[in-house]
Amino acid sequence: MSLPAVPASFSGDFKAHSNYSAPVKRPVEPVGKYFLAHATRTLRGHTWSEYEKLEASKNVKSVEESNDDDEFDEEQSEDLLEHDPRDWKTADLYAVMGLSKLRYRATEDQIRRAHRKQVLKHHPDKKGAAGGLDQDGFFKIIQKAYETLLDPIKRRQYDSVDFNADVEPPSPKEKYDFFEAWTPVFESEARFSNKQPVPSLGTMESSKEEVEAFYKFWANFDSWRTFEFLDEDVPDDTANRDHKRYIEKKNNNARKKRKVEDNKRLADLVKRANSEDPRIKKFKEEEKAEKARKKWEREAGARKAAEEARLKAEAEAKAKAEAEAKAKLEKENAKKAKEAAKSAKKKNKRAIRAAAKDNGYFGAEDKATLIDADIETLLEALSDVSLADVAGKLNGADASAAKSVLDAAAKETGKSYNFFG
Amino acid sequence: MASIGIAFGNSTSSIAIANDDGKIDVIANPDGDRFIASALSYVGEDEYHGAQAQAQLVRNPNSTIVNFRDYIGLPFDKIDPTYSQKSAHPINLGGTTGYSINDKQVTVDEIATSHLKQIKAAAEDYIGEKIEGAVIAVPTNFSEEQKAALKKISSDADIKVLQLINEPTAALLAHLVAKDALNKDKLFVVADFGGVRSDAAVIAVRGGILTVLATAHDYELGGDKLDDCLVEYFAKEFQKKYKVDPTTNARSLAKLKSACIITKKTLSNVQTSTISIDSLAEGYDFHSSINRLRFEVAGRSVFTRMSAFVESVVAKAGLETLDIDEVLLVGGSSNIPKVAANIAAVFPESTVVSSPSTDSKLCNPNELISRGAALQASIVASFDVEEIEESTQPVVTNTQHIAKPIGIKTGESEFLTVVSRETAYPIRKSVTLKAGADDVFIELYEGERQVKETIVEAEKFSDDEDSEEEEPEVVKSVHYVPGTLLAQMALRGVGEGSSVEVIVNINKDGKLQLVGRSGDKVVKGEI
Repeated sequence: MSLPAVPASFSGDFKAHSNYSAPVKRPVEPVGKYFLAHATRTLRGHTWSEYEKLEASKNVKSVEESNDDDEFDEEQSEDLLEHDPRDWKTADLYAVMGLSKLRYRATEDQIRRAHRKQVLKHHPDKKGAAGGLDQDGFFKIIQKAYETLLDPIKRRQYDSVDFNADVEPPSPKEKYDFFEAWTPVFESEARFSNKQPVPSLGTMESSKEEVEAFYKFWANFDSWRTFEFLDEDVPDDTANRDHKRYIEKKNNNARKKRKVEDNKRLADLVKRANSEDPRIKKFKEEEKAEKARKKWEREAGARKAAEEARLKAEAEAKAKAEAEAKAKLEKENAKKAKEAAKSAKKKNKRAIRAAAKDNGYFGAEDKATLIDADIETLLEALSDVSLADVAGKLNGADASAAKSVLDAAAKETGKSYNFFG
Repeated sequence: MASIGIAFGNSTSSIAIANDDGKIDVIANPDGDRFIASALSYVGEDEYHGAQAQAQLVRNPNSTIVNFRDYIGLPFDKIDPTYSQKSAHPINLGGTTGYSINDKQVTVDEIATSHLKQIKAAAEDYIGEKIEGAVIAVPTNFSEEQKAALKKISSDADIKVLQLINEPTAALLAHLVAKDALNKDKLFVVADFGGVRSDAAVIAVRGGILTVLATAHDYELGGDKLDDCLVEYFAKEFQKKYKVDPTTNARSLAKLKSACIITKKTLSNVQTSTISIDSLAEGYDFHSSINRLRFEVAGRSVFTRMSAFVESVVAKAGLETLDIDEVLLVGGSSNIPKVAANIAAVFPESTVVSSPSTDSKLCNPNELISRGAALQASIVASFDVEEIEESTQPVVTNTQHIAKPIGIKTGESEFLTVVSRETAYPIRKSVTLKAGADDVFIELYEGERQVKETIVEAEKFSDDEDSEEEEPEVVKSVHYVPGTLLAQMALRGVGEGSSVEVIVNINKDGKLQLVGRSGDKVVKGEI
């Protein structure tokens, strides 16, 4: 098929004539990857080219992610390269494979790839070409390491004694951040757990349940760590069976001992972490505060009653004091009144006594003694009221008036008088 | 955590999972069945599921439940209980549909939950992992209420529904992905001949996007009808031999039917099959055989109806059989060679009929739906349910589709389709052509459909003695001619013989852009 030539009648580059027929609206089926692309474009409003650009950048990224071979390009140390292959067990097998960063985290695939890399580098043929002869010691170790790490059982045995992967707990003398120091310790210990996943140490914000679950998990830690790898080689000659059995027995005992030691080590570790955990302290304090608060609440009733009793006693004491003061006042008043009455009485008596004398005994000065005696009798007979009455009447009265008053008073008393009456 | 695809049929269900390398495994249940009968049977305290439950149809038909999928979410007065005649009868439970099993009342939703639980257990058993979510395929005419009910049932069965997709789409998706043909623009008819109902859909595949143009449903057409034909055939034979009618006794009938199902399935693969039932009726054993031709004759009415059904859906889409590029047969009955042959006869020769009898490399038609669902599950598994819902809301799925093809007129004055009809917006399509001159002229047209009739002379068989006057055969084919002129464009100085790329863009607002490009020469224009 080909395109025709431009007719002479057509000039310019582009000419629009008419629009295409009206489209039909239909639902498309929401299935398949092309629909996914369609939905993304529609929702995000991308045009075709934008979408393609995004997709293209995504593809590039995924290629980069899969390219992680460089991780295994670690150089082995001189010591390791010259390690005696007969003592291969003492070599760091992960370092041999160039996996010293990954260690127990290395996947089977990574081990295979790492092995391939090491073989390419350290194969005796290559070493020979480089000039050295009989330099296959390190290669032997590589092969041993590969054999060990690829067999799941052997790898567990090796991982159990891979002390290079252990993270030491912080020294108690130093100052350190609890979480920063302990998180890697527990992360490395977690690799021995039969139960996965292992709860993480968490942060200061972890809930009490989480923290408790964490310590409970570690208290009941189910470890697969074994110590076969450190066994002394059992001689396989059949000549000396007893010796062989002896070694086996020794190995068994050593394993058991190491296992017990390791369990104790872990238990101590967890105990120490627990004792240092700021969250535990926090929880304890919170618990204490809570307890105090509860107690406070619980005793609220009793406290209220005590308060009421105190108030009541106070009120009572106050009332009593007031009553006492009042009684005292009244008593004093009464006393005063009494005294006043007494003095008034005295005054009246004096006034009455004086009345006779002042008025010159009413002209009968010779009978002065008699009059005085009469007055005394009168005074004795008169009540307090009539005394005041008489004294009032006498006040300012002249001699005759005074006499009549006294007469009247004397008459009233009904006593016998010498002069009056 | 794995996500599976479930095809939940009236007669059989099937489960599939896409594994990491993109292959799809269809999961077998503990009985080893990949097509798990959607049947539950309650005998005493025991619950039987799948083939075991189906086997109970002979002995305990009243406590065996089959064909309940279509009842899900429907009130009792709306269900069609025809297919429950030989099993537990649905009853009215205060409006909802239910069953009375061993004097206990259960709703159809509870039955479906038990079924899905069994399905889930089988899948988890097979994968060895917990099932997180599932894509479930449903018929295109499942109502919103039924979908909601199915979602509820699934969550009761502890399955998170990632998405409900249409059965024909799922089947087509599985078919296209298996053939790696999702990119090719084609018009499909997906015909699903199930056990008790048949569904058909016309689906346009445009740039990997599927659009259903029409659907048809027939609730009285399916493999079950073919079983009945065989039952009738063998019952007659038995009656002739022993003067006893096995169809009068429910138990004999059930025995005969289950044997006929096996015979029917065997006939899809071999020319002759035997049937043998001990003590079919009144103590008489029954042994007989049938060949494929007799079966095809016995089931003629059903086969004819099937091809007519497929034709009807094409008509419903406003198309002719000539327009259809491929017919995909789904469901158990698609294994029968006669079905494919009959349908191929309805369509022109250019139409491909995909069924196991025409192409043995295809996926099993029973598995297609669950495979499609599993594929979709693997695609959406990484998304949240909310994200999936957001992507499947009408504002995303309802898209404009161009009504007529758009193409260019070539130097030979022919119409070359660039964008096929029923392509969803946004569109970007391109074709590359040779330049016929130094300055090339691109004319963009809308295509007009024309039916071309070619007369093919019948081949003369010289050795044929009684050669009757063979009529010349008329072969019809659809082709498009340039109709309305949309735009013209000149691309100058490209050099004769160089290749020119013509790109048609239609953005989501319907704006059409025409681009002509050759090397670094580019001309653009918009309508």
